[in-house]
Amino acid sequence: MRFTENDTVKEAVNAKEGRQIVASIRDLHKSFGDRDVLKGVNLDLFESENLVILGRSGTGKSVLIKCMVGLITPDSGTINVLGKNVFELSPKELNKLRLQIGFSFQGSALYDSMTIRENLEFPLKRNLGIYDKNKLKDLAAEALEDVGLLHTMDQMPAELSGGMKKRVGIARTLILKPKIMLYDEPTSGLDPITSMEINELILSVREKYKTSSIIITHDISSAKHTSDRIVALIGGVNKVEGTFEQLKETTEPELEPFFKY
Amino acid sequence: MGTLMESAKVFFAEFMKLRSFLQQVAEIYQFVTRVIRNFFVPPYEGREILRQCFFVGNRSLFLITFTAFIAGVVFTRQSRPSLASFGAESWLPSLVSQAVVRSLGPLITGLICAGKLGSNIGAELGSMQVSEQIDAMEVSGTRPFSFLVVSRVTATTLMLPLLVVYADVVALLGSFLTVNFFNSSSFSLYFNEVATNVTYLDVFSSLVKSAFFGFAIGIVGSYAGYHSEKGTTGVGKAANTAVVVAMIMIFVIDLLSLQFINLFR
Repeated sequence: MRFTENDTVKEAVNAKEGRQIVASIRDLHKSFGDRDVLKGVNLDLFESENLVILGRSGTGKSVLIKCMVGLITPDSGTINVLGKNVFELSPKELNKLRLQIGFSFQGSALYDSMTIRENLEFPLKRNLGIYDKNKLKDLAAEALEDVGLLHTMDQMPAELSGGMKKRVGIARTLILKPKIMLYDEPTSGLDPITSMEINELILSVREKYKTSSIIITHDISSAKHTSDRIVALIGGVNKVEGTFEQLKETTEPELEPFFKY
Repeated sequence: MGTLMESAKVFFAEFMKLRSFLQQVAEIYQFVTRVIRNFFVPPYEGREILRQCFFVGNRSLFLITFTAFIAGVVFTRQSRPSLASFGAESWLPSLVSQAVVRSLGPLITGLICAGKLGSNIGAELGSMQVSEQIDAMEVSGTRPFSFLVVSRVTATTLMLPLLVVYADVVALLGSFLTVNFFNSSSFSLYFNEVATNVTYLDVFSSLVKSAFFGFAIGIVGSYAGYHSEKGTTGVGKAANTAVVVAMIMIFVIDLLSLQFINLFR
């Protein structure tokens, strides 16, 4: 399945007829100095879908999802998330929208001066104004139980392994019950067994929380296990799109090696 | 033609440097106004400000006690022979108290805090920036600017005057012990002299000046950390910039405040 820039959207919608679009990106451009990173990306994320964005390092995958939450402002193009144009929102409205988007960072980004419990309680206190100790503890325990790390509640982030940190990072985003999950390289730097655990976790999050997810990765095994659909970002544009099985047959020179090795 | 091209290149490079400098000045201006605006806009960070106030005091108290005491002793020891040669030894409490309250106390406290707190804030926020912790706060809608920056700037602004008062007292105690060591002057006599010679204007101007020192230390440390470059070198650079710029700022504020206060003397 190969889309040109112009018909990508139309065909994607046709292919997924009947499913609601929760996020759409149109003609997104972003450059850093002389380097053009995104050169007109178009894509849609459907309800309850796991969309994998595959590509080599430095192709702008992380930049793309950072634009979706307003961390990076693109040079041009539009991003609609849950019916709202991200770049037309006031700071207050943007904060409100961000509560519905969970972002799992590549390096976990746990607050290293706080315990795991405080990490999880922090967004609850700050966003929802929950200060009841028992309620906070229950919610933190529930989120940690979902990622299988209840026993780490009173530990510091430095005491956890890389895989555990990633899971706690996911738990911290789940605590706000987001509608969309954005995973930035969820398996990078992990051994194959831990990677598989993270892949299973991504699937179970979708099941339990009914989230739509974008998973940024260059790990083909992770893409295979977690994806409903894959978009390959090559040279700053979404060149190839389809299921894992469809992409396996690709003749795109930059994509072929992913499936070969 | 070649020379013309070379000159154009040099001119362009200098222009770009100037442009980048002006851009940074504009960014700092925006940063300062954002801090001030956020200070008055709810939700207020009361709990975090108190926590930061504790850290500010706790981190610098020992060093301030140590240096202020020694400064009091040394200044008294250095001044005593000169005054004695004029037979004006009795003026020692007056001289020391004015020097300590007007300049030495605020300056010592400011410089110590610039080193201790400036580097701490710069490195702490810098490492949070590098490890994407600030981005994580941003995307979870937790308003990191108020939580991390406004609370730290408020804490340094509030705590510096208190630390200066403490440093003044410790320095004067050091001075009294030195005076007492050479010619047994009583505690009440010494501090009566101090109280007679230090005016309200001296105390008030010293407190206001030190609040500005605190504001500068908080702003410079936070700005350097919040805008730290990626990588471990970025954190080191942020801490270093915070200390150097904060120290320069303290001397500039000291000089400006002296000019301003002299209008009222």
